[in-house]
Amino acid sequence: MSDRAARHSDGLLAHTLREESGVLVARLARQFRDFDLAEEAVQTAVTEALETWRRQGAPDNPAAWLQTAARHNALDLVRRRSRQDALATRVVSEPAAYDGTTATDDRIALLFACCHPALAPEARLALTLRAVVGMTTPQIARAFLVNERTLAQRIVRAKRKIVTAGIALTVPADDVLSERLGDVLAVVSLMYNEGFVSSDGPTQDRDLAGDAVWLAGVVATSLPREAEAWGLAALLTFQHARAAARFSADGALVLLPDQDRSRWDHRAIAAGEAMLERAAELHASGPWQLRAAIAACHATAPSWAETDWLQIVALFEVLAAHDPNPVVRLNRAVALSHLGPEHVARALDDVDALAVRLDEYHLFHATRAQLLTRLGRDDEAAAANTRALALTGNDAERRLLATRLHRHPLTDGS
Amino acid sequence: MKYVLMFTRRPDLDATVDPEVGQAVYKKVYEWFQENGDTFTDSGAELLGIETATTVKHGEDGPVVVDGPFNEAKEVVGGFSVIDVADMDAAIALVRTWPQLELPGVAVEIRPMVEDYSQFDE
Repeated sequence: MSDRAARHSDGLLAHTLREESGVLVARLARQFRDFDLAEEAVQTAVTEALETWRRQGAPDNPAAWLQTAARHNALDLVRRRSRQDALATRVVSEPAAYDGTTATDDRIALLFACCHPALAPEARLALTLRAVVGMTTPQIARAFLVNERTLAQRIVRAKRKIVTAGIALTVPADDVLSERLGDVLAVVSLMYNEGFVSSDGPTQDRDLAGDAVWLAGVVATSLPREAEAWGLAALLTFQHARAAARFSADGALVLLPDQDRSRWDHRAIAAGEAMLERAAELHASGPWQLRAAIAACHATAPSWAETDWLQIVALFEVLAAHDPNPVVRLNRAVALSHLGPEHVARALDDVDALAVRLDEYHLFHATRAQLLTRLGRDDEAAAANTRALALTGNDAERRLLATRLHRHPLTDGS
Repeated sequence: MKYVLMFTRRPDLDATVDPEVGQAVYKKVYEWFQENGDTFTDSGAELLGIETATTVKHGEDGPVVVDGPFNEAKEVVGGFSVIDVADMDAAIALVRTWPQLELPGVAVEIRPMVEDYSQFDE
């Protein structure tokens, strides 16, 4: 099969997997009363699909193909655990009873289990990508630039804990829902930032950032009364809408002030605004909605100069009350400096106040350099620039920077 | 499912607690055991491995749930209970109401109990 056909099949497969695998894992887990087995069965079906579809082309009904393969694998796994022959016979003979849940309910329940606070934080995203989004372990390892074996062990430990510690595949009760939702939204946001950071890396066979936008939408539509879920969906939609303008023809990163705004996806921006309005109607403000509102200011501004900086400064001010991350204050100071030349000295004071906490952060020094230049303090600006460069001087440090970028999400809109 | 709850504390932090607060918490502990009597079993227990452990800790803004066993060298196990509840979320919901979590250095580790001994018959 030609490269082009293979790529087409990969695209179709990625789409099918993202729609089907989480639902399949949840259904099989309920039917076989074993999450670990269900997840393994779907994962094997995914790998089989990648091989078979590349070789023979995609089947007419990819979802049905995947479902049949996963179910077949699950039964195989049960039979191999010979002690449980009786269970296998029972499951085969009894079709799963319909319990009133929809595919969306199943997927969201699975997502809550994968992002459970009782699991190690570093395992939550990896498990979510495998079980809910249908990525394979090698794909995840490539996206994160981590060792495949380490990653596989991490996933196995997390899956075992779900089974042995009795973590249920259910949507949490109302009294803990917003707290547990916070953990889920953190994982989805991390997924987008990982995708963003690695998007120019080699061997990207899944669009991680696109998958994250999709998953944020699934969460919001499944829990339509949760304002923060709409907030994150809006934020990622705005950020993703600018993706096409983020890299120049020769692959260099183009920052927001220099981006060609005609290349932004204006339909997606309108969709993001609708999500943000939906969130506002619920009257429950929160950090994801504030970040989305800041992104909306950028996404709807006709140009960098005509951006509503006053509103952005105000939004960062409220956000800083929710989010103690010093990068929020750094971004607020940058917005303040754009209000006019008379605000630059005050902005520099605000930035300098963050020195102790952000001394190792290259954008702290780069920001200082820009402000010092605007104040005509060229020698100090040069020193700050040198420090910023020293912190990003080689590939290892670039990787470090990438790590920091995902720890401090890109609220500056680059 | 059956879980063992291990109640841990930091004796070195006792001095930081107002005696009146300590007394009030102790009273609430007594009431807690009365209220939740139904979920407790009186059997002894063998625990699954530490990789299955979850801990609910004292936090500034209320109890915090984390992966793993308690691990501060100065923590001591003050006692343990065996509960029988539907799942991990039910265990966490119960543990979050443990009155001593108001106090610094207090944590409760939740470990599933070995119930199916057939896994050892190979």
